[in-house]
Amino acid sequence: MTAQPARNPRRGRRSAASRIWSVTAVPITVVVLAVLLGAAIVLVSELLVPGKKFDWGLPLVAYGALVEGSLGNPDAIISTMVNSTPLVFGGLAVGFGFKAGLFNIGAQGQFLVGALGAVIVGVWLADAPAIVAIPLAALAGFIGGGIWGFVPGFLKAVSGAHEVVSTIMMNYIAVQLLAALVSGPLKVPKSPSPVTFDVGNAAYPILLGRNGHLGIVLALLAAGFVWWLLYRTTWGFEVRSVGANPDASRYAGMRPKLITMATMTFSGALAGLAGTSVLLGVTHTMTSSFGTTVGFDSIAVALLARSHPLATVLAAVLFGAMRAGAGLMQIRAQIPVELVDVLQAVILLFLVASPVLRRVLHAVTPAGVPDAEAPMPDLKPGALA
Amino acid sequence: MTDPAEPIIAPALEMRGITKRYPGVVANDAIDLEVRPGEIHALLGENGAGKTTLMNVLYGLATPDEGEVLLDGKAVRITGPADAIARGISMVHQHFMLVPVLTVAENILLGEETMANRFFLDRKEAHRRIVDLGRRFGFEIDPEAKVGSLSVGWQQRVEILKALYRNARILVLDEPTAVLTPQETDEIFAVLRRLAGEGHSIVFISHKLYEVLEIADRITVIRRGRVVGERKPADTDEDDLAELMVGREVQLVVDRGVSHPAAPVLNVQGLTASDDRGHQMVNGVDFEVRAGEIFGIAGVAGNGQDELVEAIIGLRKPTAGRVTIDGKDVTGHSPRQLNEAQVAYVPADRHRFGLILSFSIADNLVLTSYYRAPYAHGLLRDREAIDKDAATSVERFDIRTPSPNARASTLSGGNQQKAVVAREFDRELKLLILDQPTRGLDVGSIEFIHRQVIAKRDAGTAVLLVSAELDEVLELSDRIGVMYGGRIVAVVDGPTADKNDVGLLMATGGERDPGTRNPALEQTA
Amino acid sequence: MDITALANGLYGIPLLGILFQIVGFLIEVIPSNAPNIMNQATPLALAALCGVLCERSGVVNIGIEGTMLAAAFTAWVVGVAVNPMFGSPAPGPIFGLTLPLVICLVAAVLVAVLISTLHAWLSISLRADQIISGTIINIAAFGVTGYLDQLISKSSPAGAGSFAAFTPPTELTDLPVIGWLIAMFFNQGPIAMSTIVIIVGAQLWLFRSRWGLRTRAVGEHPRAAETVGIDVIRLRYRNVMLGGFFAGLGGAWLSIEATNSFQIGMTTGRGFIALAAMIMGRWTPIGAFGSALLFALFLQISQLIKIAPPAGDLGTIMSSVPAQLWDALPYILTIVILAGVVGRSIPPAADGQPYEREAAA
Repeated sequence: MTAQPARNPRRGRRSAASRIWSVTAVPITVVVLAVLLGAAIVLVSELLVPGKKFDWGLPLVAYGALVEGSLGNPDAIISTMVNSTPLVFGGLAVGFGFKAGLFNIGAQGQFLVGALGAVIVGVWLADAPAIVAIPLAALAGFIGGGIWGFVPGFLKAVSGAHEVVSTIMMNYIAVQLLAALVSGPLKVPKSPSPVTFDVGNAAYPILLGRNGHLGIVLALLAAGFVWWLLYRTTWGFEVRSVGANPDASRYAGMRPKLITMATMTFSGALAGLAGTSVLLGVTHTMTSSFGTTVGFDSIAVALLARSHPLATVLAAVLFGAMRAGAGLMQIRAQIPVELVDVLQAVILLFLVASPVLRRVLHAVTPAGVPDAEAPMPDLKPGALA
Repeated sequence: MTDPAEPIIAPALEMRGITKRYPGVVANDAIDLEVRPGEIHALLGENGAGKTTLMNVLYGLATPDEGEVLLDGKAVRITGPADAIARGISMVHQHFMLVPVLTVAENILLGEETMANRFFLDRKEAHRRIVDLGRRFGFEIDPEAKVGSLSVGWQQRVEILKALYRNARILVLDEPTAVLTPQETDEIFAVLRRLAGEGHSIVFISHKLYEVLEIADRITVIRRGRVVGERKPADTDEDDLAELMVGREVQLVVDRGVSHPAAPVLNVQGLTASDDRGHQMVNGVDFEVRAGEIFGIAGVAGNGQDELVEAIIGLRKPTAGRVTIDGKDVTGHSPRQLNEAQVAYVPADRHRFGLILSFSIADNLVLTSYYRAPYAHGLLRDREAIDKDAATSVERFDIRTPSPNARASTLSGGNQQKAVVAREFDRELKLLILDQPTRGLDVGSIEFIHRQVIAKRDAGTAVLLVSAELDEVLELSDRIGVMYGGRIVAVVDGPTADKNDVGLLMATGGERDPGTRNPALEQTA
Repeated sequence: MDITALANGLYGIPLLGILFQIVGFLIEVIPSNAPNIMNQATPLALAALCGVLCERSGVVNIGIEGTMLAAAFTAWVVGVAVNPMFGSPAPGPIFGLTLPLVICLVAAVLVAVLISTLHAWLSISLRADQIISGTIINIAAFGVTGYLDQLISKSSPAGAGSFAAFTPPTELTDLPVIGWLIAMFFNQGPIAMSTIVIIVGAQLWLFRSRWGLRTRAVGEHPRAAETVGIDVIRLRYRNVMLGGFFAGLGGAWLSIEATNSFQIGMTTGRGFIALAAMIMGRWTPIGAFGSALLFALFLQISQLIKIAPPAGDLGTIMSSVPAQLWDALPYILTIVILAGVVGRSIPPAADGQPYEREAAA
């Protein structure tokens, strides 16, 4: 995606609307289809649960609750933003890896270790002035995630160990490491359950409503920063070059191994900030079961956004809203919150099958839109194998 | 068309009015071709003239839009390779269709397996048949050898055996000599004549004029998808064929002029290097290239040329020896350091190594210099400078594209290579390293690039040219080093070099022992 | 965690002594745990075989984990539905076989084959990135099984039970020297026991049969295979689907042989560890099986150490490490092996590359 659309004189003549449509047609259609399929799933689920009256309107009730819980009032909207924040970081992390041809499935582990770093430093500086405690705790999260990303990156560069398998292993190791530390040295003495102390002054301050914390702003800044890094700097050029063709990059004097390590480290660090934003912004303490579905969600976000840093924000808000509204949906419609996982999976499946969708959509796609023919421009088949 | 003196028999193969269109091009335009039993029929044309498309039609890999294929006078519809094989048509592709990690026997059996029962292969029977077939055509082959360890000449024999194992009556060979030494070519020609003598029909695709004149019974020339003439070797010569093939009178060889070599620029001493698996491929190479001369390295592929170039250019750590440029030691320097020392490099495979196809032409033009002024200031890229420079290069090097911001993948092969050349040539150079700079290009682009190379030489650049195409090395080089078994075994004067002498050096390393076979083969023995 | 104990322990004893103790521990532990090791190796070996089948033909299948998880869920949930229909029959004499259990197994395998077909369609026909396709299958399997499990488990239903292990006569298992080997291979449930046969069969299939030869050719050089008339696309479909069959068996093992219930995410990375076993076994069925046994050994030891650490200094050191870190051992080992072996292990040349027919160009 190096050809800047606006610079091409032929493209400039097309209307803005058709250009927007050419880029958004597939994601929008995919989401709509997923919503319809989700409704069907809700209806089928009713049949599976015995002893309940069948209600054709249940999907509407469920979706209504989902929307109300995510957008219905200022608190809901803030909740959506809070839920989206780690997804922005995570989506940026995975997307940044994609740009270099690396599939970082380890966002989950990096998320956990990032949070671990933040809680260790946060607890240590709980009584220090916020102006010192917050940056240092966040930095610790950044570094923690970075270390967890560096290991697979290093192994890939040095020995060729595929990052997909090693990052997943790192996820499992992170879970055990976290459990060992939280029930060991980090545990509040005499507490009945394994839990750490509160991070105190290191917590992100609340800027919006009841729980809209600083992390929201940081996430937006991060998205802008990653965009700038990728498209305006020489390092970003190297990352994209290595992702598109590592051999040619090496012949041109770049060092793909170094870039692989750097990319994985930075990607891990971004995922670490996702964990940091949850820990310093929401939970303030860590239990041995700390952890969410942010790891998987981040992959979904990055794929839906086609790795573009700014589109990542939009995709993250979509999934963040679903997470935010899921609770109300469960209460109103007795549909498990896991329906969101199903919806997400369905969106991804439709997305990866989008070549078929494109053929169907061809009639409504403006003729001669080259972009619409390149589903995931930086994920050419085989690049990751 | 038929010579009245010849007996009239139904042609083994006839293609009538074959037309095949691809978006934007007519690859084949009403092509007629007729091959008689026992005939070696050459199909002559430039790269991109439509030879391969025509053969894909014959082999069922492409469906013609118009026209028909007749075998023994009967019209047939060939639905795919399996169908073609069943009808006795076999093809030896330009890039061998062999699986390197499988054995000779497994490669030959593939798709036409000799079975012991419903489930398992009958290896013994297969081996026996393969050895017998080889003997019938004059060579001994080991069915258990891994194909990847054979020399290209022997791989070609495996390809031919593959066809014979399937009882092919019509054998199509697509540029079979592209990677062979002259001696290996002679050996394959002997095998082909023997095949024709047994009644097989052979379609011999080539763009090499002298070869076609040597082997063919008849020659059909195609240009831009059309048949432009049919000749018998006795009634024609190279100039006539060249004019037919290209459509205008061509200078077969670009006038290289006289070189004025000055002081040595590149000096390589005792260089050794190993391949990725640790086998030593370069065994103590010494040579120098002077300013204002083209030094060509000729050699059969796999004799250490790749590793030599990579060791010089910094892509591979030499295990011993020294490389100096203008007297400065650059051994083990990185590609970027060499680039900054005014060394340019055009890699062999432009798709894999030369370009990033999904990037714009402008970005490809700064692929080696993106990080320095004027294209970047510190970490920040300067799009304006990049675009301005791209516009100039596109103009100067005649890269045909609607916009410098179009993706490199939208360019034709010739224009892609021009982009690489534009990037590497467009500055002051001390040393220029070219690895097969014109492989697979059309005559126009080849001529353009050759002229650029000579212009660079005349401007005082030292040029190192590595190519498996002996013709190209002979055409351009002022001096030629022959590489064999990881050494430069001889250095000869370019303008006066004799092709057969060089070919013999390439094949044997200069040891006058007729029994010596290719070293690649001996590794497995 | 008692760091001082650890430090003292390390300081006070020579390394050689520890080494002897480790060897002694292994000699003591392996024979008595052999059936468990073989049992634990079963899903790894089956999943690795699935990987071998796919990758030998050129398709990377990272979705094995999800395929197994879906199969495990299916085996259990079909039991929930079917068992009452047949009046919850008592376990049969051999392997505790009942009709509902067989139905569960068939259903699990069918679902796994279906999911594999989806992967084949996405990665072979649509030429989507194979790793993304596999990852999405993992995410989808996790999401859908989690959702359905939440939906159903409110009524805490029971499945169809589980297969039982065959008990070879004690005269055989008590034989000196080889007795434990007999126990290892025959004191097993039906899935584990058939795995050995399957592995041997697969090895012969890959290197001696027509299909096997074609598979190897297609994974190395698909165009060459097509030029001799082999239908690359069809062969890849067949291999990926057959691979799904074995992944399905491995998944069913989780919920109707090793246990009799389903837990969310119960595959716990086995599908990925299997990929490491496949690489370490150099893409051969027997090699993958051997690696799977090694992983299972470590899995077993990491559990054993928590329950019954060996006596002496070794035990002191071992029990001073937090239990969670022993749980992480198989994963750490996978990374180490991947990093140590992968450079020397050469994958099929066309692995992961979608194939486009020449004619389509």
